[in-house]
Amino acid sequence: MEKMVNVYFFGKQYRVPAELTIMTAMEYAGYTLKRGCGCRHGFCGACATIYRIKGKNELHTCLACQTQVEEGMYVASIPFFPTDKRTYEINEIRPEQRVMMELYPEIYSCIGCNACTKACTQDLKVMQYIAYAQRGDFEKCAEESFDCVACGCCSVRCPAGISHPMVGLLARRLTGKYIAPESKHLTKRVEEIHSGAYDDLIEQIMQKPIDEMQELYNTREIEK
Amino acid sequence: MFTPEMMESVKKVEATRAERMAMEPRRMTAEEKDALLKEFHPDYKEEAFCEIKIGPNKGQKAPKELVHLLHSNSRLLADQVDLSKIDYDVDVLVIGGGGAGASAAIEAHEAGANVMIVTKLRIGDANTMMAEGGIQAADKENDSPVQHYLDAFGGGHFAARPELLKRLVMEAPDAIQWLNKFGVMFDKDEEGNMITTHGGGTSRKRMHACKDYSGAEIMRTLRDEVINRGIPVVEFTSAVELIKDSNGRVAGAVLLNMETDDYLVARAKTVVIATGGAGRMHYQNFPTSNHYGATADGLVLGYRVGAPLLYQDTIQYHPTGVAFPSQIYGALVTEKVRSLGAMLVNVDGEAFMHPLETRDVSAASIIRECTARGKGVTTPLGSGVWLDTPMIEEIGGPGTIEKRIPAMLRMYMNYDIDMRKLPILVYPTLHYQNGGLEIGGDGFTKVIDNLLVAGEAVGGIHGRNRLMGNSLLDIIVFGRNAGKAAAARAKDVELGEMNLNHVEEYAKELKEAGVETGDVSPLLLPKYARHER
Ligand SMILES: Cc1cc2nc3c(=O)[nH]c(=O)nc-3n(C[C@H](O)[C@H](O)[C@H](O)COP(=O)(O)OP(=O)(O)OC[C@H]3O[C@@H](n4cnc5c(N)ncnc54)[C@H](O)[C@@H]3O)c2cc1C
Ligand code: SF4
Ligand code: SF4
Ligand code: FES
Repeated sequence: MEKMVNVYFFGKQYRVPAELTIMTAMEYAGYTLKRGCGCRHGFCGACATIYRIKGKNELHTCLACQTQVEEGMYVASIPFFPTDKRTYEINEIRPEQRVMMELYPEIYSCIGCNACTKACTQDLKVMQYIAYAQRGDFEKCAEESFDCVACGCCSVRCPAGISHPMVGLLARRLTGKYIAPESKHLTKRVEEIHSGAYDDLIEQIMQKPIDEMQELYNTREIEK
Repeated sequence: MFTPEMMESVKKVEATRAERMAMEPRRMTAEEKDALLKEFHPDYKEEAFCEIKIGPNKGQKAPKELVHLLHSNSRLLADQVDLSKIDYDVDVLVIGGGGAGASAAIEAHEAGANVMIVTKLRIGDANTMMAEGGIQAADKENDSPVQHYLDAFGGGHFAARPELLKRLVMEAPDAIQWLNKFGVMFDKDEEGNMITTHGGGTSRKRMHACKDYSGAEIMRTLRDEVINRGIPVVEFTSAVELIKDSNGRVAGAVLLNMETDDYLVARAKTVVIATGGAGRMHYQNFPTSNHYGATADGLVLGYRVGAPLLYQDTIQYHPTGVAFPSQIYGALVTEKVRSLGAMLVNVDGEAFMHPLETRDVSAASIIRECTARGKGVTTPLGSGVWLDTPMIEEIGGPGTIEKRIPAMLRMYMNYDIDMRKLPILVYPTLHYQNGGLEIGGDGFTKVIDNLLVAGEAVGGIHGRNRLMGNSLLDIIVFGRNAGKAAAARAKDVELGEMNLNHVEEYAKELKEAGVETGDVSPLLLPKYARHER
């Protein structure tokens, strides 16, 4: 017999195989998930979950699709949390500290409690990336927040009401667009294509009979 | 953690590592590949396919599970919907909030159209979000769109539609630039040169990446842009049927609120199907790397209004899905792990193939190793082969894994497997729908001139196999194109009276062919809930 554990979904007890994740355990229990389930592989942040092990004090946040069930787990999913995304026109803003002050002024109310970092399902230094944002150091904020899946677990725990994933996202867009150096080879290639430099060549290869294409393909040189 | 038997095998992998690092396994010849595919690739397993009995692809084969959906009736045959009560009235309706849908919506918006996205889960709960490895574009000095064309055409077994492939490669650099201008953070060096690597089947290093969150970085940026522009996104709402008008065009879609089960009517002058793939159909019982909503809905919607499919019988099994531990069974191990140097190794520590063959060849080769050759490593759910990840740190230096493939490291660390020190176990996973609805170079389906398709729901761009990095590319190139074309066409469309007659005609055909399944389609969500009675 496979090993079973007792878990509590929204307070109700179910016995489920111990090897399941919280997500598959809910399905085992009979739930048809509509909310709180997106990619099922740890990339989309849809399955934010909060739990406590019976008899223990600590509250944990996690991704339901990436976390194995444990005996005595009290589980509540957080399929939606009202984080607040501010809108802007990316071409009109610049990577200046002012932008954060205007769009996300609440980051300056951070009390340094570190609850966000403790809550992060991706083990990111969330408080740190918020600190970088405060200073207008967008590149560092972008780097530090890069693996964020926007599950919102940090925001759930933040006493200052900060929408951390949105702050990181803004920093990354500013970095990608304005701070990272231009790729000159890309600009050049786009211009070449627009000027028609490849038009004839591409037409020629499109016209080639299959056997000739096979020959070309099988003997093509492969960059080391 | 690994079982003692697995650890025995790990020792053999470690013992041969130094020797393997010094050599490059031979690539297979064209003949060897053909023979391997015929014998071991799931696409060649005849009993897994059956014939489509009605509609434009009548007489052709498709995976059984897909045929089942095509042989099922619309929900709307039983559930009546009043089409005169219109809930949304737009120029362009985009079905599906993944990368293709978001790109289409942004371009349609840019062109001044009144556009809306409807999507099954949340915007971004999509295969796009999960892409790890990267996106191709020929933008380096030693590369060209022509070389890209050759790689993709050969990799797809010379079956791609030339007019589609041309667009893919010629507009690739433009697509990268478009994304970069929205702020997508591509991996670059200090001078701004894109850091590019090989993917299976590429002859030039043209794989651009954003660490191993390439799709996530693209998707979250596009999603942010969609929201910034105020484009309406109706979430947790699926399209369950296209609506036609009295002139035989499409005129919108009937939507289903996934939470309340209420129907809604969206009228639109042009419709873009961007519903993505079909991994959750679990063809041949394979696990899948795909998101929860990947159930081939768009194919069913399109087919029911008469749009033909192309290459619906070719599926991509990604060679390296997780084989162990079971909690993440089927999840993707990005191809980049092999691009960075990890070899595929069998239970005896032998490198049984070149790690960068195309995906179909690699998948078939792993299946052969685990079946006919009996050289797989036994796991609780089957078997697998090793992917020798510690090689990456030896080749690229300590820290390479954390820097270049952090998502992979994190996924395994959750289960106390440190891939920097130990190899990982992989087996093919159902990954990508090579086929789909047929379109012309302009993005429209061939039979209905205001119905467009973009992204993974399209068939023909890649032929019968897709190279890594060409799908993220196609969703941007064809998504953008569809958005522009849909916005332009909407200006000329005068809609006639709306109807759902095709639903009844389809039912009649099914009945006449004697193949009704008794189920309804599209599927919308896989049936995972276990019910004891
Ligand atoms: C794990 C993984 C890794 C990958 N890695 C790479 C890579 O490195 N490089 C690469 O090029 N490609 C990669 N791919 C492939 C690529 O990511 C996808 O093919 C591509 O992103 C598909 O984009 P799409 O917009 O067509 O579909 P999706 O991104 O899947 O979006 C489709 C959307 O439509 C919604 N939808 C479905 N049905 C309906 C309906 N009836 N009504 C309303 N909405 C609906 C879905 O829920 C989803 O949100 C990967 C795929 C996966 C799964
Ligand atoms: S930083 Fe991102 S990944 Fe971490 S908890 Fe917050 S939203 Fe989730
Ligand atoms: S939880 Fe909020 S207040 Fe506390 S450190 Fe994080 S950002 Fe600051
Ligand atoms: S479902 Fe996407 S992160 Fe869990």
